[in-house]
This record gives sequence, C-alpha cells and structure tokens, in this order.
Amino acid sequence: MRLRPVVSSMRHYSSGTKEMTVRDALNSALDEEMAADPNVFVMGEEVGEYQGAYKITKGLLDKYGPERVVDTPITEAGFAGIGVGSAYHGLKPVIEFMTFNFSMQAIDHIINSAAKSNYMSAGQINVPIVFRGPNGPAAGVGAQHSQCYGAWYGSVPGLKVLVPYSSEDARGLLKAAIRDPDPVVFLENELLYGESFPISDEALDSSFCLPIGKAKIEREGKDITITAFSKMVGYALKAAEILEKDGISAEIINLRSIRPLDRATINASVRKTNRLVTVEEGFPQHGIGAEICASVVEDSFGYLDAPVERIAGADVPTPYAANLERMAFPQIEDIVRAAKRVCYRSVPLAATA
Amino acid sequence: MAAAANAMNPTVGPTTLHMHGLLFVPHCMHIGNPATILFALTSTSILIVVDSWVIRVVLWECCCVYVHGELLENEDTCLKPSECRDMDFPGGKISFTTTKSFLPGSSEERVPCYRVLDEEGYSSSNILEHVISKEVALKIYSGMVTLQTMDKFFYEAQRQGRLSFYLTSFGEEAINLASAAALSIDDVILAQYREPGMLLWRGFTLQDFANQCFGNNAGHGKGRQMPIHYGSKNLNFITISSPLATQLPQAVGVAYSLKMDKKDSCVVAYLGDGSSSEGDFHAALNFAAVLDAPVVFICRNNGWAISTPVTDQFRSDGIVVKGQAYGISSIRVDGNDALAMYDVVRSAREIAINEQRPILIEAMTYRVSHHSTSDDSTKYRSTDEIEYWKTIHSPITRFRKWVERKGWWSDKEESELHLDVKKQVKHAMDEAEKQEKPPLRDMFTDVYEDLPSNLVEQETSLRETIQRHPQDFPKDIPL
Repeated sequence: MRLRPVVSSMRHYSSGTKEMTVRDALNSALDEEMAADPNVFVMGEEVGEYQGAYKITKGLLDKYGPERVVDTPITEAGFAGIGVGSAYHGLKPVIEFMTFNFSMQAIDHIINSAAKSNYMSAGQINVPIVFRGPNGPAAGVGAQHSQCYGAWYGSVPGLKVLVPYSSEDARGLLKAAIRDPDPVVFLENELLYGESFPISDEALDSSFCLPIGKAKIEREGKDITITAFSKMVGYALKAAEILEKDGISAEIINLRSIRPLDRATINASVRKTNRLVTVEEGFPQHGIGAEICASVVEDSFGYLDAPVERIAGADVPTPYAANLERMAFPQIEDIVRAAKRVCYRSVPLAATA
Repeated sequence: MAAAANAMNPTVGPTTLHMHGLLFVPHCMHIGNPATILFALTSTSILIVVDSWVIRVVLWECCCVYVHGELLENEDTCLKPSECRDMDFPGGKISFTTTKSFLPGSSEERVPCYRVLDEEGYSSSNILEHVISKEVALKIYSGMVTLQTMDKFFYEAQRQGRLSFYLTSFGEEAINLASAAALSIDDVILAQYREPGMLLWRGFTLQDFANQCFGNNAGHGKGRQMPIHYGSKNLNFITISSPLATQLPQAVGVAYSLKMDKKDSCVVAYLGDGSSSEGDFHAALNFAAVLDAPVVFICRNNGWAISTPVTDQFRSDGIVVKGQAYGISSIRVDGNDALAMYDVVRSAREIAINEQRPILIEAMTYRVSHHSTSDDSTKYRSTDEIEYWKTIHSPITRFRKWVERKGWWSDKEESELHLDVKKQVKHAMDEAEKQEKPPLRDMFTDVYEDLPSNLVEQETSLRETIQRHPQDFPKDIPL
C-alpha cells in the first residue's frame, strides 16, 4: 500500500521548486505593492468587476475596493491622461492597456506627458506611472492585435521599458516598475500568462525586486550569443538545446529591459563568444536587434568573427490564417538556422521552411 | 355560440391595429384573422366587426387588448396597462411616447450669457458689489494692467529678436485675473497657455516670467522649454504642455488624487474653443462626470483657433451645451466682465468641492491677440474687427470704470501704475537677458530621477571634447 500525501503533490524544498504562472506572478506583485503603498492604484478597462481581461487583476477589486481598482470608460486617451495627471499629484497609477496595440490611442500621453514631463518641468514634476499590458503577437488575432511596441517605446528618453519572461521576471520587474519614480512601460505577453515557471522562495518574498537595466544570462555558452526577450527567450532556450546536439554552445541572454539596454552584459558576452544573433517578434526595420547590433559594432567590433544576424517578425502586417501567422514570426528552427549561419556551419540564407 | 367564442378570442392582430394608426407595442401578440375596424371611437377604443358581431374593444396605449372590459388571454410577458408607460432599460427608467420627434441640433435661442458689469462699468448686482473687497478688486485690476504691459513688452522683444517666441493674452485679462482671484492657493491649475495671469496672481514675479522666456540659468525651467511654458510646483500650477487639451484628462487625474486625499480644494483646467474639438476634451468630461471628480473646466471661447473661426470649429451652440451631454452642469459667462467671472468661478468651485462633481464654464471673449508671434491674424480677419473688440469691449477699461466709480481708483493712480509696471517689466527683461544660460549639466539631468549610465558616459565624453576644442564651444554656456 502506498502512502500518498493528503496535500498537493508538489514537494517543497528549501531551494524552492515551487511553480508559479506568469499570471499569478503579476497578480501577486500587484497585490503586494498595493498593500504596501496606499498610493498605488490600478486603472483600465475591465480590471475590476471582470477581474481583468486576462485575469491579471483578479481579486484586487474585492480586496482594495473601487477607489483603488478603477474600471474605466472605453477611452485609452482618457484613462492614460488621467493616470498621468494623478501621477503628477502624487499617486502611483498602474494603467492597464488591454493590449499595447490600443496604447497607440493614448501614445501622446505616454510620450509627450509621461516621458518628457520630468525633463521639461526641470525636475518639478515626476511621473511614477506604470503602463502595462500584453504586447506583441498572441495567436490568431490579426494585424491590429499583434504588433510589438518594444522598439517604439524603447526609443524614447524619459521612459523605462521592461520585458519580463519568466514568473520571477514578472514579479521582480513589476515590483521594481511600481516603485520606480520614472514612467515605466511594462510589456507582457499574452501567451506567457498561462505558462508556469519554477520560482524561488526569495522571489516569493514581498520585498523581492529585480534591478532595472540588467539582463539575465539564462544559459551560459561559449560559441554564440543569442539575445531575446519575452516569449522568444523560451524559443531561444529550446534552440540552444538543439544546437548543443550539433556541438554549438549558445549563450542565451534574456534582456529583461529594453530601456535601459544592458549593453555591458551583451558586449561582454559577445567578446566571449565572438558571434551574435538577436531575436525579436517585432518588425525588423528600426527594431531592438538593430540597436543591439549597432551597440556591439560600436563597442566590440574587433571581437566579431561573423556579421551580426537579426531575426525578427516578417515585414508585413500580421496575417490571421494560422499557417501564414506561423511564417510571420520567428520559430525555433529560424533561430537554429541563423545560429548555424553565424557559425559558418550551413549554407547562406535559405528561404524559411 | 361560435360568435360568442369569437368575441372572447380577438381577431384583431397588431398589424391591423397599427395600420389603423393605433400604437401597438408587441408585448402581447394576438394572432387571428384580420377584423374589419368600423371606426375609431377614441384613441383608446375601437369598434370591430367579428362575424357580424360588433364588439367594442378598448385599447390601451401600449398593448393589451380588452374586450368588454375584460383583459383577454395573452402572453405571459404582457404587463398590465398601468405598467406599460415606461421601461427599465439598463441605465434607468425611460417613458415611452407616441410622438416621433428628433431633438434639434440646437435650440432656437442660444444659451444666454451671465454678466454683472455693463460696458460702462455699471453693476447689475448689489450683492456682488459687497463680496469683492477694495483690496481684491484693485489687485485684480492692477494684475490685468501688469499682464497687458508684460505682454506688450515681451511681444516687442520677440519682434526684436531677443526672444524666440511669445504668446499674448490681450483681451482676456479679466478671465485670467478674476478667475485666479476666486480660487484658493490649494486649487491646482492645469492651464492651456493663455492664462499666465493665474501665475501672476499667485506671486510669480515678472522676473520669473522673464527668466523662463529668456531660457536663462535663473529660470525654474533650466532652459528646457520654449517661452511661455511656465510651471510652478509651489504655486500649484502644472507646467504648460504644448499638445492641446492633454491637460484635460490629466486634470481629472489630479482631481482624483485630491478626492482620494479628501482635500478641500479642486482642480481648474483651462482650454480654448479650438481645444474642445480634441478627443481628450470628450474623454476628460465624460470621465470627470463618471468619477465625480472635483474639476472646474473653464473654456475661453475667444472666437478663433489660430485662423479657424468657431463657425468652422463646431456646429453646436458653443461649448456650454456640451456639458449636458456628459451630465455636467454648465454656465456661459461674459469673460470680459471681471465681476461676473469672479462670481461664477467662485460658485463653481464651491459646487465642485462640496458636491464633488465637475462644472463646465464657458467664458465668452475675443482674442485680440494674434495667436502668437508666429501668426499675423490680419491675414484672416479684418483690422476693424480686432480694433472694435480691443477698444469697445476691453475688459480692463470696463473694470476700471467700475473701480473708479467706487472711488477706489483715480487717474493719478492709473498713470502711476502704468509707469511703475513698465519700469518693472523692462528691468526684469534686462536682468533676464544678462543672466547666464543654464549650465551644460542641465542638458542631461531630469531625463530620469537618477542620471542613467549612458548619459553619464555621454557627458564625460562631451566634456573631454570641449577640453580638446575650447574655441568651438559657445562662450555663454557655463561648464
């Protein structure tokens, strides 16, 4: 007869093999920060009664009341502007966009008011606001719901732009964003919400916080550096396993922060491996990879053994049909092929699939 | 017997009744053979013929059919007649009407404009006369003159190339100073750009204005913004922002913050007639009403948005009527009447704070100024029109007549004031011009709370370059 524990079958070691979904990570981070600081409040469409369009704000309305979890009319420009105004006067709003595609309707408030106010007011007005929501493609949502805004917001001085991947990233970076006195754009990913990651006890502590502007080396390697953020980190890690079998040891860097970009970590890695592939889901022109490439060329040109390769989404508005959508975004095979090209192990640029 | 049975089960259907001009709301659907309607006795009863039986049918306005005073069998959903006058839609009860009519786009008569002082400075309200003290009245008056004088000289300075840009408030001095006087220092102001009088009232000095415009080191702005983009945290005046109407939803946000802190103050947000076309105007008013935010929106309807006259800006009766669309109490006031402005803003403020709801004020006035120094308005309007408003309807002249008649002001004080202010303005400008420009450091600070590493590097690199090539670096920028 086998004895089974009555409680859930998860075993808890002191080093922590607890698991947590990104959704729960974000929810717990919001909950803890709201409990710690009465000035923090959440605002957006469906964040209250509906428990959040993606359930990120689940339970917060019941716990903190309608004053601190505000359901808004459908006007991004309206509630972004209100958020900025309340931040001018000392509150700490966390503004949710149902997707960052809709943030375009509020982009003037984000850039011309939130980002530039501290500078233009000569330090009199700082804007401790967080704009968060899903960014980039999901699955089968078409062109107006699939764009990645990392490059757009990443180019604006005055903003900080964060891109969490794992649950630990989500918790640590969201807490850091809420506590930060500057405006932060927090780009999540809808498909990662339901994904579970192991999480340490340290990360579960309510004082846990990750530094803004530091990338994380998810996997060490010596032959090639691959930078990625958000969902692409997962893809890059899988690509690394495939490459390992072919004798290529890939170092995977999870950017965590697009602005400020951790150029030091990226360059140090490239100086070690001498090869670089950047991965992103956004459009190729003026993308994150372009900036990383420029940075590496400026700082570590002599260390490169091969030209930098950028992998990005296709230069088309995202198609809806599943087969076309798949071809419009980087897949694991694309990363593997690019890595091999950069290592001069394959024929130059073949067409996809 | 068959006939009797028929009489109990009506053979009048909704379509037939409707065809005969009787409103039929189909809560109850009666299916049957069409009957012949003899004639309508009244709007509520008809005679019908059924198999040679004549039956008097009493109809209610909405739906239920009675025969011989008895309610006939009908579907469960049918309500008793007394309940069929209105309906609980989501959002509230609405009564029904049988008259089809479209609400007109605008009413026959325009919303009248509240005024206290006439053009000759005679006041229509004794009560109000006693509300404003001599001290406040003279502060308003001298503020108006100071604003006008400052505008004159700064405008000239731009024309002479000493300033890059300037924007005047000619003709709108009463809106500026009288509304400022009606507020408390704790009320937060989010202005558009033609309201420097608010700052003047609160203690911003002529030197402060000049320093910001000349972009020197002494200015609070550290030379970051173009002229007239003033701001003062101490005086509760949020820094001017160029994109129009963005201050409106932000004002609601500030008000929300005040509301959460349960402060005894409100937010005052200004906008022009043109700004009411921006999407942010709609979002702000809608939101303010929904959130019960203590904001007073003051629209300076001065007739022009650069070269766009109000007739091309909107088709409504100005801005005052828009408030009702959002559930906001609104009032139209003569913006060139300092007393009326003072009265209205004071009342609006009380309502906003005590009842925690927004108010919309439309202040009618005329933009005597060109839009800014980048504009020559004689290109799109007649000089006669400008001259007319500048002289006949000058708010300063009108108010002066009133204070003079009260015995509070005289010609002697008038000329003294003008001389004194002129001297101060000139002095402030000269001093501002002489001041050093902001130091090199100010280019890099305040992008974020703390200086980021990339900017530290860039500043270091820049300084090294300057050291190597000192002759190429401007002499008037302190290192």
